[in-house]
Amino acid sequence: MPLKPPVNEVDHCQGDKAAKIVIVEYGDYQCPHCGRAYPLVKKLQAELGEDLCFVFRNFPLAKIHPDAMMAAIATEAAALQGKYWEMHDILFENQENLDNDALARYAQRLEMDVEKFSSDIADQQFISKVESDFESGIRSGVNATPTFFINGEKYNNGWEGNRILDFIRANDLI
Amino acid sequence: MLKPGTAAPEFSLYATPDQQISLSEFKGKKVILAFYPADWSPVCGDQMALYNEMLKYFSKHNANLIGISVDGKWCHLAFSLERKLHFPLLADFEPKGAVARLYEVYDEKVGECKRALYVLDEEGIIRWNYLSPVGLNPGADGILEALEQMDDVKTNQTV
Repeated sequence: MPLKPPVNEVDHCQGDKAAKIVIVEYGDYQCPHCGRAYPLVKKLQAELGEDLCFVFRNFPLAKIHPDAMMAAIATEAAALQGKYWEMHDILFENQENLDNDALARYAQRLEMDVEKFSSDIADQQFISKVESDFESGIRSGVNATPTFFINGEKYNNGWEGNRILDFIRANDLI
Repeated sequence: MLKPGTAAPEFSLYATPDQQISLSEFKGKKVILAFYPADWSPVCGDQMALYNEMLKYFSKHNANLIGISVDGKWCHLAFSLERKLHFPLLADFEPKGAVARLYEVYDEKVGECKRALYVLDEEGIIRWNYLSPVGLNPGADGILEALEQMDDVKTNQTV
């Protein structure tokens, strides 16, 4: 199933969009499975280097994960201060603590303007950004988190251990 | 499964320990019937959690979601509370699987509903169906596309 819409200018990317491998993750900052996938993605990035562009889209299951929506919004607010990926990392490394006080502490730790951050996360525009990520996930057939897309196609072969890397190598994607 | 164009068979089942819901109560609204094997099992949990987030998208299309399994009403109540579900779960419990049989989605071997979806229009006519492999969460993209198509057809008719 194809990714709808394809990776575009509103996405947050680590790496060059023209890289040989573009991986999109739909994830939820409060989801324990996404927490387990986080170091595996880091490992994949270390292995593939410049051949990989990594994109993260939000898919918060807000009713079972009450802090997931706010956490996603916090990363968008951090992006305004050029700290999107720093916030992304700190949230996955501190999944057990994602309430509003914790978010402000992380902003402080990242040497952000905390006052601006706190007023930004109350801004409605970020809710619609996160919701449009979620909707794109639904359209693309995301049914759980994390769900990965490799070069625009939904990847269904499991992400545990080295499975993504094995898949990339087995299919001669690099 | 029952084919699109068929009138959806009427039923009444318990939605809470003391309240039954009938399909006919939803006349004038689209209805999504999600038959699933069991409360608490991992895939079902994901599927229902996903649908829980989808309710506002469904309601944009004037559609109500109903989950149906053979679990009893008290089991549904506990599952629904624990997962904070905001849509009814119906107990196809006695006679067991009768409604699933009516909709041709009962698995006789395991004694559970298959993982199957129906979308009904405002008149209670089946417009879309989908049988998912039992271990796979079917997601919501198919439902959403079916709802959109139904609305498109209607818009074209009014024009």
